[in-house]
Amino acid sequence: MMGAARAIGFELNGEPVAALARPLDSLQSVLRTQLGMTGTKAGCRQGGCGSCTVHVDGEPTVSCLVPVEHVEGRSVTTIEGLGTPEDPSPVQAAFHEGFATQCGFCSPGMVAVVTALLERNPDPSRDEIAEALAGNICRCTGLAPIIAAVEDAAARLREREGAPA
Amino acid sequence: MNDAKPFDVIGRTHERREARGHVTGSTVFIDDVSFPRMCHLKAVRSPVPHARIRGIDFSEAERVPGFVAHLTAEDIPKNVYTILCLIGVEPDEEHVLASERVRYVGEPIAAVVAETEDAAFEAAAKVRLNLEELPAVFDVEEALEPGAPIVTHWGTNHFVYEGHHCRRIRYGDAPAAREEADRVISGRYQLSPIEHAPVEPTGCVAKPEADGRVTVHTNTQAIFFSLDNTAIILQIAPHRLRFVGGTVGGGFGGKVDVIVEPLATLAALRTGRPVKYVYTRQEEMQVSSTRSASRLYMTDGVMDDGTIVSREVTTYHDAGAYSRHSPYGCTKHAANAAGPYTIPNVSVDVHCVYTNRTPSSAMRGFGVTEASFALEMQMDRIAREVGADPWELRLRHAYRNGDERPYRKTTEDASLVETIQAAAELAGVELSADLRAMSSDDREGVPG
Repeated sequence: MMGAARAIGFELNGEPVAALARPLDSLQSVLRTQLGMTGTKAGCRQGGCGSCTVHVDGEPTVSCLVPVEHVEGRSVTTIEGLGTPEDPSPVQAAFHEGFATQCGFCSPGMVAVVTALLERNPDPSRDEIAEALAGNICRCTGLAPIIAAVEDAAARLREREGAPA
Repeated sequence: MNDAKPFDVIGRTHERREARGHVTGSTVFIDDVSFPRMCHLKAVRSPVPHARIRGIDFSEAERVPGFVAHLTAEDIPKNVYTILCLIGVEPDEEHVLASERVRYVGEPIAAVVAETEDAAFEAAAKVRLNLEELPAVFDVEEALEPGAPIVTHWGTNHFVYEGHHCRRIRYGDAPAAREEADRVISGRYQLSPIEHAPVEPTGCVAKPEADGRVTVHTNTQAIFFSLDNTAIILQIAPHRLRFVGGTVGGGFGGKVDVIVEPLATLAALRTGRPVKYVYTRQEEMQVSSTRSASRLYMTDGVMDDGTIVSREVTTYHDAGAYSRHSPYGCTKHAANAAGPYTIPNVSVDVHCVYTNRTPSSAMRGFGVTEASFALEMQMDRIAREVGADPWELRLRHAYRNGDERPYRKTTEDASLVETIQAAAELAGVELSADLRAMSSDDREGVPG
């Protein structure tokens, strides 16, 4: 038996939230079923596909393997917190315009990983991009446009920061 | 009034409308659909490949907090069906829930419905199965031998095509032409099953409506196939079902079968509550259908100059425990087994074989892809054995407009010659002027 349910508080996309959860409930299931954040996808629920990746204190994390109590008092950012259809982030815009999404199911996890990558490495090589995305599975064979979109997103972000392209 | 715009699509980039939702997480996939009071359905599956069902005991499962209902074969109005019945394929053979026998590992025997997904998992795990294991067969050729364990309910392990034990093509006289050939070149080719492995698992949510209808949200690739088969299985009028779909998180043919909707719909009708039935990753990998494992034997009569005068193909297509889309796949395979090449004498036998393996079904070009794999290996083997250039061998035999195919259709839209020429260019292969001058419109430059 898992422990009794209790209120677990954390910051979600910049707002304080609390979920009534058992300590071993996964962050993924709490996000999806209690907090309405269905952009966090559930492809395998065993850490293998990367489609549920969110940021915990800025670090990309597969939310299916994280007990929700692990994020108590911490900051969680889901795909919904990175941008919206009306106001997409540069990474989201680059994926959209670069046809770096086919069925779309892996895209939120890809965008989360790439956003974190470009925050710490504004000009990654193709190998570094591939390495960063090694935990994210796309079964529609869209990897080449995805890598191209990451390069495009990096250029957009550098331009926005005023750095030389 | 004519508001027609000029044709301006080709050659320009256009936005993919759904992509904006994909990249922002706002596209609604099937597991994102939820309703108040929604229950969850999980299947109780066979741990063995072949067994007689002696009993199913729900007593422990019923004590799980949140247990709502269970379903067995007896609850299904028309439990035995076949997906392609909609296009006249017979006989009915797949069991929505196994009765009397299970025929593959993971075959659903019962279903449980519970208040939460965790409770449904727990209740499913607590259903006690009394199974008497039977000998099983996993190899397509062993399955056709006398004395092999029989998978089907009619006593043979092959699908019957209009009274024949296999799908056949006879064109010219292949055995006679082989006798006259300078040499006989044979090959045996084997594919393993391939799982589509969509990142989004198969699933649906069935919601009973106040007007007596059921709305079924599903990620099927074949929405009307699923609607019609669900109506047939549940023996209800199709107008009582409204299927909502169109968003598929990876399909590749793996979401063409009718698997989750009938059970979820029945459970929704029984409980009066919305019911979600979504596969786990393990179910997606183990239970959902695969591309078939096929074994092909090719025997070609070949002249010393490389001319192929006959091709004989025998294929054993592993349908697994139920045929699903395999009868159709085998027919496509038969049509394509000689390849996109003009060979005057062709004989093809395609056996659609039942085994105690996971049912195989549709996957990207199924039937044709398996043939292409084997016969292009065979073309390379011929080139090696007669010392011919593999590009030239293919260009010489490539079908041309006006050629009759072994299945008696006249070629009208050939582009193989041009495709091979373009492929050579991309691969940096320098074709001779003779080969570069070839065309799908005639046989100019082809010796003989």
